[in-house]
Amino acid sequence: MPDATGLELIAQEIRNEDAETVLDTEFHRGRAVLVINPARVKSVLAFLQNSGFTALMSVHGVDYYPHEPRLGVLYEMLDRKEVDRISVKARLHTDDPRIDSVTELFPGVEFPEREVYDMFGVVFEGHPDLRRILMPEDYEGHPQRRDFPVGGEPVLFTYNEEQNYGKYV
Amino acid sequence: MEVKRERLDDFRVRQFQARDLLRGDLDDEDLERYVSERVLTTTVEKAVAWAQGNSIYPLTFGLACCAIEMMSIVGARADIARFGFEVFRASPRQADLIILSGRVSIKMAPVVRRIYDQMLEPKWAISMGACCSSMGVFNNYALVPSDKFMPIDVHVPGCPPRPEALLHGILRLREKIQGHSREGWRARYDAFGTEELLPGAADLQSADVSVFKPGDTAGA
Repeated sequence: MPDATGLELIAQEIRNEDAETVLDTEFHRGRAVLVINPARVKSVLAFLQNSGFTALMSVHGVDYYPHEPRLGVLYEMLDRKEVDRISVKARLHTDDPRIDSVTELFPGVEFPEREVYDMFGVVFEGHPDLRRILMPEDYEGHPQRRDFPVGGEPVLFTYNEEQNYGKYV
Repeated sequence: MEVKRERLDDFRVRQFQARDLLRGDLDDEDLERYVSERVLTTTVEKAVAWAQGNSIYPLTFGLACCAIEMMSIVGARADIARFGFEVFRASPRQADLIILSGRVSIKMAPVVRRIYDQMLEPKWAISMGACCSSMGVFNNYALVPSDKFMPIDVHVPGCPPRPEALLHGILRLREKIQGHSREGWRARYDAFGTEELLPGAADLQSADVSVFKPGDTAGA
């Protein structure tokens, strides 16, 4: 991990190229996070790739409900020579969550991006094959969002026997 | 003085009698006695049900952790070979019984249903464990209870059920197949009105029964 100073240096280096890219930096318990403008995700990841963070280890989504913007897409980068890690976080609103796909820079990110789309409904623009990956294709909704109901299907017990949800036709 | 001859009835005597019967040497009284002692009459349905109940072939099919318990019922401790159920068939075409051992996800449900449809009649299904019956600890967006997509004959509760419990479930299924089912216990024990809630009293919309409907996002 870069320390807090190193994180600020990286952030400043990116800001020198484009001032509106890095919105914030977070350094908590040794974990360095760049909070970026989601429209610039490709240029940030390209910059980090060229400065040593050659491996994109994971892409995942977070729902920060009730904070706004609710959704977060996190990119975990690894520098395999220096054994150094940095996280890149992009925050998105739920009404139209769109972000550029980084499959051109990191081809292996195709499946993780599909999973984030499946679970959180984030649309990755430019993704070659953006379909659901875990849930069935006709599934409605994005189940890892915090406003998705916890209980799935009503189950038939004695008290609701009359409703007969489990009726086999 | 009357000499009382005891009729020998050991295995060799019966063997000789059977030989005489086959040769046609047994005459009226002996023949009648032999037949009444040695021949049982029954109906074809009962005989077939008896045979089916004692040779249930389960399908080699495991879904999750319950499958480990299911495997152990063929082991030396539970040993369902005692009852004639030990032949786990690898093809649904040859199996009589499907044991849904574990959680069924929404994506897996069509596959399970297809396997069930591929089995030949007569066929039975056991829903093993909490996940498969009421989704248990995995009661979330991904799972579906087994009653929703196929008919289940016996539910075995537990998380997971012990091998003895599954064995008990299979023996209950055998009773069901052989025609003396223990279903209808409420009628036998006059146990109506002992349900958790009376039928019709429960309304899923009311606050005391908290069940989410699919697609309802008002919950969390």
